[in-house]
Amino acid sequence: MTSELDIFVGNTTLIDEDVYRLWLDGYSVSDAVVLRVCSGILEQTGATAAVLQSDTMDHYRTFHMLERLLHAPPKMLHQLIFQIPPSRQALLIESYYAFDEAFVREVLGKKLFKGTKKDLDDISTKTGITLKSCRRHLDNFKRVFKVVEEMRGSLVDNIQQHFLLSDRLARDYAAIVFFANNRFETGKKKLHYLSFGDFAFCAELMIQNWTLRAIDSQVDDMDMDLDKEFLQDLKELKVLVADKDLLDLHKSLVCTALRGKLGVFSEMEANFKNLSRGLVNVAAKLTHNKDVRDLFVDLVEKFVEPCRSDHWPLNEY
Amino acid sequence: MPGKLKVKIVAGRHLPVMDRASDLTDAFVEVKFGNTTFKTDVYLKSLNPQWNSEWFKFEVDDEDLQDEPLQITVLDHDTYSANDAIGKVYIDIDPLLYSEAATVISGWFPIYDTIHGIRGEINVVVKVDLFNDLNRFRQSSCGVKFFCTTSIPKCYRAVIIHGFVEELVVNEDPEYQWIDRIRTPRASNEARQRLISLMSGELQRKIGLKVLEMRGNAVVGYLQCFDLEGESGLVVRAIGTACTLDKLSSPAALLPACNSPSREMKEIPFNEDPNPNTHSSGPSTPLKNQTYSFSPSKSYSRQSSSSDTDLSLTPKTGMGSGSAGKEGGPFKALLRQQTQSALEQREFPFFTLTAFPPGFLVHVGGVVSARSVKLLDRIHNPAFVGIMGNTRSYKLLDWNSFNSDEPETRDAWWAEIRQEIKSHAKALGCHAVVGYSESTSICEEVCILSASGTAAVLNPRFLQDGTVEGCLEPRLEENLPAGCGFCHIPYDELNMPFPAHLTYCNNCRKQKVPDVLFTTIDLPVDATVIGKGCLIQARLCRLKKKAQAEANATAISNLLPFMEYEVHTQLMNKLKLKAMNALFGLRIQITVGENMLMGLASATGVYLAALPTPGGIQIAGKTPNDGSYEQHISHMQKKINDTIAKNKELYEINPPEISEEIIGSPIPEPRQRSRLLRSQSESSDEVTELDLSHGKKDAFVLEIDDTDAMEDVHSLLTDVPPPSGFYSCNTEIMPGINNWTSEIQMFTSVRVIRLSSLNLTNQALNKNFNDLCENLLKSLYFKLRSMIPCCLCHVNFTVSLPEDELIQVTVTAVAITFDKNQALQTTKTHAEKLLQRASTDNEELLQFPLELCSDSLPSHPFPPAKEHLESASSNSGIPAAQRATSVDYSSFADRCSSWIELIKLKAQTIRRGSIKTTVTVEKASPMGEGNFRNRSAPPCANSTVGVVKMTPLSFIPGAKITKYLGIINMFFIRETTSLREEGGVSGFLHAFIAEVFAMVRAHVAALGGNAVVSYIMKQCVFMENPNKNQAQCLINVSGDAVVFVRESELEVVSAQQPAANCQPSCPGGEVTT
Repeated sequence: MTSELDIFVGNTTLIDEDVYRLWLDGYSVSDAVVLRVCSGILEQTGATAAVLQSDTMDHYRTFHMLERLLHAPPKMLHQLIFQIPPSRQALLIESYYAFDEAFVREVLGKKLFKGTKKDLDDISTKTGITLKSCRRHLDNFKRVFKVVEEMRGSLVDNIQQHFLLSDRLARDYAAIVFFANNRFETGKKKLHYLSFGDFAFCAELMIQNWTLRAIDSQVDDMDMDLDKEFLQDLKELKVLVADKDLLDLHKSLVCTALRGKLGVFSEMEANFKNLSRGLVNVAAKLTHNKDVRDLFVDLVEKFVEPCRSDHWPLNEY
Repeated sequence: MPGKLKVKIVAGRHLPVMDRASDLTDAFVEVKFGNTTFKTDVYLKSLNPQWNSEWFKFEVDDEDLQDEPLQITVLDHDTYSANDAIGKVYIDIDPLLYSEAATVISGWFPIYDTIHGIRGEINVVVKVDLFNDLNRFRQSSCGVKFFCTTSIPKCYRAVIIHGFVEELVVNEDPEYQWIDRIRTPRASNEARQRLISLMSGELQRKIGLKVLEMRGNAVVGYLQCFDLEGESGLVVRAIGTACTLDKLSSPAALLPACNSPSREMKEIPFNEDPNPNTHSSGPSTPLKNQTYSFSPSKSYSRQSSSSDTDLSLTPKTGMGSGSAGKEGGPFKALLRQQTQSALEQREFPFFTLTAFPPGFLVHVGGVVSARSVKLLDRIHNPAFVGIMGNTRSYKLLDWNSFNSDEPETRDAWWAEIRQEIKSHAKALGCHAVVGYSESTSICEEVCILSASGTAAVLNPRFLQDGTVEGCLEPRLEENLPAGCGFCHIPYDELNMPFPAHLTYCNNCRKQKVPDVLFTTIDLPVDATVIGKGCLIQARLCRLKKKAQAEANATAISNLLPFMEYEVHTQLMNKLKLKAMNALFGLRIQITVGENMLMGLASATGVYLAALPTPGGIQIAGKTPNDGSYEQHISHMQKKINDTIAKNKELYEINPPEISEEIIGSPIPEPRQRSRLLRSQSESSDEVTELDLSHGKKDAFVLEIDDTDAMEDVHSLLTDVPPPSGFYSCNTEIMPGINNWTSEIQMFTSVRVIRLSSLNLTNQALNKNFNDLCENLLKSLYFKLRSMIPCCLCHVNFTVSLPEDELIQVTVTAVAITFDKNQALQTTKTHAEKLLQRASTDNEELLQFPLELCSDSLPSHPFPPAKEHLESASSNSGIPAAQRATSVDYSSFADRCSSWIELIKLKAQTIRRGSIKTTVTVEKASPMGEGNFRNRSAPPCANSTVGVVKMTPLSFIPGAKITKYLGIINMFFIRETTSLREEGGVSGFLHAFIAEVFAMVRAHVAALGGNAVVSYIMKQCVFMENPNKNQAQCLINVSGDAVVFVRESELEVVSAQQPAANCQPSCPGGEVTT
């Protein structure tokens, strides 16, 4: 006796969040069954392994059918095939687009369309995330990137509107897109200690202050690209290092601003010239694409490392 | 009434990409009705086209309006080649033809393609303007309402229940036409879908005509089925119960005199004259102001053809004689005579209803069933094929001309079976058959026709407007105390149709009752039940040699009696094992396959207080003097006794000890019970009656004389009860549970297993089948575990044998949550329990007591004094409700302890819920959450698709149905040539069923409804050819589209006082009020 066909269709689509999690994590049906057995569900419910197998298969099939809709969340909202309560829909979408920071850290700033795919295997072994899940992560990034790439207006808003994500997740995606677009180098060994959260914070500040829209909100342009003029202006900053008077002026202004706020104020004051030179040099080079990509490496080399060598207790960017 | 049909195509969305180059689509729409077609403009390069078309107007006959579906085709415009079809939408405009139903169909419909499934959606608005036309020769029956619900719909009142209506139409199946060899699968599927839509429209119209003929205005319990006979054609048949319904305009208004006797008297009982043809004039009913005259329809010719097999019935008497006899004779005889006179003029006194207005059902005799094996033969229609081959338009079919002999054959077959049922009912001393249904099972050219129902004696009050009832009624009520009347035997004690053991009713002690009762109807609302009910299934397989035609049919008909016998024995044993004494909703399905026969019987077992306590099961060995064997036997016996005891506890069966009852003796005095009278007839002449009473043997003694019997006993014990928190039944409501909360989940589950062809024996087969069903149930319990405590209601199993070694089981049911704490506290003293139950039953009876009052009161057109008498007998209305409240107060103190428990429990679940999901929170406090959800629903509804509930039940727990919008009857075909790519058979069927649900929901939403009640999946035919990577599936579903309003929304009070929800006693009260 073999089971040829075994399905269950509810008027309200039945979703088991535990199984959804397993599916998102890229486990195969048989692995998922084993994991579920380990969770002690059989003892709790008195079910048999066969029942569990059939249940898991069924959920996987449902998720597989839902996946097409998850690729375009607004469609999910209007589709008629699956009757899912709105709160559930939001949950499905949110979990589908949620990502593992370890994975993002690996691909952050890399070009999303080429090259990375064959690296997925390596990433998978490195992070312990299943290949399937890695692929879903990457596909999500690519999909979001592709949709908002050419769009005008706020990056976060666009993502939220087209993928119905929560505010936090949308911000994270904005950071990923921003990094991918500008191809910031984040993979160097020196940068390894920085988490995705650190980069996301930087990205948010940069989006707010360095992009076209940040300069002139009337120019309803993209959040994605850095403002060229702004970068050009940064070049002018060289005078801050070259001109002694300006250097002093700058120093006193900065010191006034930071006095009392910084625990290591005296060290900062002492090293100001070096630090300032480092920063200004980095800033001045940003007109070249290559240097933009190396922004974070340079920053760490020229600014953070000297600070660290002086045993500053915390990193101030 | 010719009419103008107006259609507007508004927009489309989520269309598929039809042009690979641009990744876009140039879509336009064709709107077709009858032979007229309109087109919209092409909306270039968009997946979300906005056509915003003008109103397309079709001027059509009402006959066409009833028959034809509106056909909307979405196409992709192609300049150089033929336009590609994206998909179609068929809209049945029938609901727009009733005055009170929907006025407009407007909404998003899924665009469906038989090869690709749903491909985007289209927004359509449809309206109909009907012109009044008093043409007396009309062929349409606009205005007759159809209901799938097998009880009187909730917001209506039955004035008269007229009786059985049936019709069938036959056509050649397009799949088997020669043209099918050259056309695409898509064209073939669409031809079939369209044809069936057309045929069911026509069928409905014809049934409507019959109803008008009977002076009714509605069909209740409408059941339409398709027989895919393959080569020999396609039969669409329908049965139903014609009624005259009155809409309850304002449920709150109590107008006892709204239906004055004078008006009732004015109405002419339709059976005054058996032949409506001569019914040329007469006082008008309030509803129809014209008289109808029709040319004789086929049913009459059939009547004459069947008259030779007609069993001699009492001479037909008119109403006059019935009322004339009122002065003399004992009451019962009079009642009988009257009912008889009312019923016997009907060709078939059958009712497809399974639940009845209070007082309608007087006595229940038992299950009657008949089966017949037929050979499908093309010989019946030689001319038909030739003509059809050349006819490409199905609309050209005129049933009365060239193929009229074809339906005749099928009609004759069914007439024969119905005649048999009628005679069985008669043998049980009953004049009517209720809960009547018909079904077929087809394999190749052999077809088993089955019919079954419950023989019953009915109260004539509803069958006609009796002028005599004023004097009969009060006495009737005196004679029949609440809750047991229907159990009393209808037949003569001295002249019993089968050996039966009768005892005095445990309830009233006046009338005799049988010891076991089998019925096909729902548990009457006023029945007194002890404990809870449970789903009982008997499963059976029998191998059969492969054979051709005649030989095959003979083999099958030889096997049938044995199968019936065994199924019956199994049911009986399982019932005993559950310590119960009655079965409701019994449905025995016999399926025929190439090399086997399958029998599946499902029913809901209950313990009726009126019936005697069932005895245990005694095992007897055939070989005495064998020590170890004896030991084994006693071991088995112990196991059985343990199981019975366990079941008693599980289902809370603790009947009051009755002193004069002889309980305690392990083997109760020989009782022999079989309410099953049936017969098989292979070719109509030979009618064998099978007595299932096991000869003179005691039914409770199982004799183990061989391994077979051993197997049987084992299989009895292997049935596992559902996990705790779960109950299941196949009736509308679970006996013994009455505190439903509002969460429902309807589902369909399909399983197909392949048997290993090696060494197939009956035992192995039985085991496989048993495992299949048990595993399926286990899976359901597991999947729905988040709803605990809940009950699976209306569990409907369907078995089919699509191929040699394949068994397919389809289950549709609904899971309803209930409040466990309330359920627990019903374990009180027996007296209190009875009272409580009586009151809750009464409330449940019609969900809305207010409505109930206005419903039941007007229907008793007798003086108030007598009315008072009747209500004193606790059968209906306000007094019972009042008593309910008093009971609540008296047990108030008892509940306090359970409150604390409840609150604790709630706190726990909520805490857990807040961590996990919102759904668990919903479960934690159903009422509170219900309110919350209601409040939050409107904003959600704006952004997303409105929720449409689906249920096989006739009601929605915790809600009130305010409007019936019309019948939903849809037929879909889905085919694929890329089975593997679509996820194999499971993926294919899963997607298809989800799509069918979606399309049903979309149609209901477009009608302005928010639920489907009495939903049923009548057919799910699945065929696969994995080698060719192909599969095909046909699904037929139906139900009633309704608008419901949550009771919490209705009641401002309860919404304003959410605190009241914390009290365990209140939610129940609120739900049922």
